[in-house]
Amino acid sequence: MDEPVIKTDKLTKRFGEFIAANELTFSVFPGEIFGFLGANGAGKTTAMRMLCGLSIPSSGTASIAGFDVYKQVEKIKQNIGYMSQKFSLYEDLTVMENIKFYAGVYGLSDKEIKDSSEELIKQLGLQKETKKLVKDLPLGWRQKLSFSVALVHKPKIIFLDEPTGGVDPVTRRQFWNLIYAASAKGITVFVTTHYMDEAEYCSRVSIMVDGYIKALDTPANLKKQFSVDTIDKVFFELARNAKRTGD
Amino acid sequence: MGAINLDKITKTYAKSGSPAVDNISFDVSKGELFGLIGPDGAGKTSIFRILTTLLLSDSGTASVDGHDVVKDYEIIRKIVGYMPGRFSLYQDLTVEENLNFFATLFGGTVKDNYDLIKDIYVQIEPFKKRMAGKLSGGMKQKLALSCALIHKPSVLFLDEPTTGVDAVSRKDFWEMLNRLKNQGITIMVSTPYMDEASLCDRIALIQSGKILIIDTPDQIRKAYPDKLYVIKSVNMHQLINDLNEYPHTLSCFPFGEYLHVSFKIDEENLIPDVLKYLASKGHENPEIKLTFPTVEDYFIKLINPK
Repeated sequence: MDEPVIKTDKLTKRFGEFIAANELTFSVFPGEIFGFLGANGAGKTTAMRMLCGLSIPSSGTASIAGFDVYKQVEKIKQNIGYMSQKFSLYEDLTVMENIKFYAGVYGLSDKEIKDSSEELIKQLGLQKETKKLVKDLPLGWRQKLSFSVALVHKPKIIFLDEPTGGVDPVTRRQFWNLIYAASAKGITVFVTTHYMDEAEYCSRVSIMVDGYIKALDTPANLKKQFSVDTIDKVFFELARNAKRTGD
Repeated sequence: MGAINLDKITKTYAKSGSPAVDNISFDVSKGELFGLIGPDGAGKTSIFRILTTLLLSDSGTASVDGHDVVKDYEIIRKIVGYMPGRFSLYQDLTVEENLNFFATLFGGTVKDNYDLIKDIYVQIEPFKKRMAGKLSGGMKQKLALSCALIHKPSVLFLDEPTTGVDAVSRKDFWEMLNRLKNQGITIMVSTPYMDEASLCDRIALIQSGKILIIDTPDQIRKAYPDKLYVIKSVNMHQLINDLNEYPHTLSCFPFGEYLHVSFKIDEENLIPDVLKYLASKGHENPEIKLTFPTVEDYFIKLINPK
């Protein structure tokens, strides 16, 4: 098997007495679609922030794309992409300006920016929309664009934080086609969602409750383990006794 | 007279051109739990704001409990409860202060209607001295609902109360709604989650400012025009691609661990032919069986151009 692209060992984050993420130990492999589930307040956001190099752990170790979460946070940021439904593109910039901005932030050369923006526009079929402001694009297109922009610097891992919130059921499924395509190219996809049917599309799923990873396996094995027929029911079994209800 | 009536309501925001609400008419009966189901940008929030007298429509008429939303706006504001999609309580007041404030605004006290909110409020009462801005998402949601209920409204408007809320808390929230409904309160609730549609008495599926269909969730499922199959094989991504290339496929979408697939033809030898085709593409022993459509299947059918 390949070397893991995300590897954590007893990764922990404390805020005073409060242990937001408690001894998380897991590995994610190249090209995997890894579903990171949990109730509100379970510690998902805290864990994601550590994995993205945005928050220094209290204890434990983790390596992301081969870089250490304590010492090499800038390297980590250069080698991952991030997209969330809440924030990803600048609405007052045009499609092309957004692509160039992000490519520039990630330090691509002028030639690389030119090539990759042209390629991206073509892939998305947005040739006629390059001068449109992002806020004038339909939500579905905006989402596809922000996903592609998050991949513009060819990262090894992309973190998706509730990428499909609020979109219609067809767009939501088209978005998963993009995820599959990225995974087929060897990009690791780390995704959070509240749609339990989407958990079924993942290679493996972890479920966090009260700061701990309570379950981690393929969707099929989790259902077998809990003797239920949907991931929704697995989630309900694990999360209904959660003590924390925060965000 | 229904609890809510809309008659040819249209609203266009100056610049964007196409209407946010496009000639919409429907009625909600007293005591009904009515769902507006649709994605962001469908026009759900505009409808809520028109009915709660916070936004004027360009044309059409609407009433709440028999009161006109334009002429009788002062009456309507007294008899409705409104929980907007964005948290709108006072962040720098405590839980208790927010609740007292809203009760006083409507000329009452928390005690007057405490029975109505008791089930919900006891869950946040341990934190009553905490600033509302410091509450977790789930607790904010419960406080906002308590504040919207404290004057015992006859109609309750809830704009996406469960968005971004985890699956377990969403179930709890819908149980709360059903208890309120049993106390005779009319509830209009919006959600982007199709699985919540089945928990409403009736639903309107809405997209781009237009109502696609209004009926009970069961009737909507029964109205699905095609035979619908679930199909599964080891390599699901490959299966999607292969079925999309199969000439008789009408639609094919992933639904959890299965694909939901309908075909253009309905012949005796259809299934054997599908199996033969899938075998030729290297799928070993794919599972295929008929299934009963969900509300989400119907929504996809209505908005998918194919």
